Amino acid sequence: MESELVLKKIEEVRRKRLKEMWEVFKSNKSAYYSLYVVIAIASLILIGFIYTPYDPYDFDLSRVRQPPSINHPLGTDELGRDILSRLMVGGRYTIGISVISVLLGTLLGSILGLISGYFGGRLDAIIQRFVDVTLAFPTTLLAIALMVSLGPGMLSLIAAISISTFPVYARLVRGAVLQLINEDYITAVKLLGRSSWYIMFRHVLPNILSVIVVQSTYYLGFSILLASSLGFLGLGIPPPTPEWGAMISGGRVYLFSSPHIVVFPGLFIMVTALAFNLIGDGLRDALDPRSRMFIRRF
Amino acid sequence: MIYMSLVRYLIRRGYQSIPTFIGALLFMFILVRVLPGDPARLIAGPEALEEDVQRIREQLGLDKPLYAQFVDYVMTLLRGDLGTSIKFRTPVINEILHRLPYTIALALVAEAIAVAIALPLGIMSALRPNSKLTYVTSVISLIGASAPIFWIALMFIYVFSVSLKILPSSGADSPRHIILPATTLSLLLMGNLTRITRSSVIEALNSNHVLTAMAKGLRDRVILIRHILKNAMIPIVTIMGLQVGSLLGGAIITETVYAWPGIGSLLIDSIFFRDYTLIQGIILFIVLTFIVINIVVDVIYALIDPRIRDVLWRVS
Repeated sequence: MESELVLKKIEEVRRKRLKEMWEVFKSNKSAYYSLYVVIAIASLILIGFIYTPYDPYDFDLSRVRQPPSINHPLGTDELGRDILSRLMVGGRYTIGISVISVLLGTLLGSILGLISGYFGGRLDAIIQRFVDVTLAFPTTLLAIALMVSLGPGMLSLIAAISISTFPVYARLVRGAVLQLINEDYITAVKLLGRSSWYIMFRHVLPNILSVIVVQSTYYLGFSILLASSLGFLGLGIPPPTPEWGAMISGGRVYLFSSPHIVVFPGLFIMVTALAFNLIGDGLRDALDPRSRMFIRRF
Repeated sequence: MIYMSLVRYLIRRGYQSIPTFIGALLFMFILVRVLPGDPARLIAGPEALEEDVQRIREQLGLDKPLYAQFVDYVMTLLRGDLGTSIKFRTPVINEILHRLPYTIALALVAEAIAVAIALPLGIMSALRPNSKLTYVTSVISLIGASAPIFWIALMFIYVFSVSLKILPSSGADSPRHIILPATTLSLLLMGNLTRITRSSVIEALNSNHVLTAMAKGLRDRVILIRHILKNAMIPIVTIMGLQVGSLLGGAIITETVYAWPGIGSLLIDSIFFRDYTLIQGIILFIVLTFIVINIVVDVIYALIDPRIRDVLWRVS
């Protein structure tokens, strides 16, 4: 009976905390509106699965490089394909790849960081040497090297982006765990005889979750830039797939006469990345009052 | 005395980075082994006879076991030999050294532009919060963090080369050619640099020693230079060091868009030509440079912060 009351109280406190966080987040106007931007872009991409104004792959040489008009709101590209339709379909690649890569990178990096920080010793040394090696590569260069090695394609892109971003999580989470590990309540659970894995996932992880969530949001923005850069360099998904970076690469030759082919995909990339960065700022203020400094690597 | 400990510290840092570099070599070696296609066949060309390919394979030692190949590979590297470019048929190191000055120039000019704009902007927006300047600062740092750099490059070309016709869009024939690529690359650094400058100046402003200096009635200029900027420099230099990776990565993309003849565009060209020895050589070269620069940054960091200097050098 009493333990039930305690649980109820805990639940109440938790709900109040969440509500407070939401209030702080909402008070950050640019973060709050960015949420709507992300929802809008996500809906556009989701609609792209069932309906696009034109066939994104169907080229028609009679309507090549038309500027924006009523029929083609964002114009047509170098092969006469409707740019809006291509952006709607391409988003699932650019954004989808980024989301999956960030999830994988976060998962891998956080687990390694947890193990590294919690167990310490030789395991920590081995993991950290491995992280050292990956950090010895500038991120873009590492991603390029991996793409050259794995060959173009969606799976390679996901592998390349998550491998080039996970070491940062491993470092970040390890640091956060080390700060936490000597807290009294962790010692208390240890004395209760709980297993290491139980303590790690039940008591350590929830306390560093905010750090991970904030970093992941920033990395979503970063991954979109990285994925589209690789696409632009011709190392991403091969044409005719309308990945946003590859679309810019395709229209590059016609910059002189038809800048709209390059402008719109770039705007989509920028607005999406910007929205994630602003949401990241808002989340940081809401979840992590101490506001750690996050360093963005490229 | 101080030089002795500096040298000792340098040696220790160099020694510490050896395992990292060997790890990076091993990683590169594994990447090359995973590569689709047979390097011997690539060198021989598509019409080569099977026995020629086999001969090249033996020449390159590709028939030996993997660990022996790795030892061979490290030994040749230790002699400063990065192999021969498949396309140019010249030593890879020559190609790299030929292009290197362009990348160095681009990186230095970009860094200079970033510092020249970010520092004054960051300082002024810290001294005058809630002004229009703070707004400008946050817009610049947001664009720097959110706009794809290759797209910015193309937009610059459209505005300054195609429409206004005031700056050249590609190549490196005159000093004016560096303006657009360097400005593009500097945008990548400017955002974070401005933000860190602003926050570290604000932090220094609120510290007790600045309050003391104000109470003593020192002139504003003296307080700003001697008490605020000197303290704010430490986080600023730290972030500049951390940005070297961005600078190198961004240079690859910037050079490619502007056809700037540095090692970044050479890397992308060699990927296009499937010149695997050249690709491998350039990547190794950049990684080694990155490791060395990080050591240098650590030393500079220690030099400007007496607290760190004392701790680091005493234990060395």
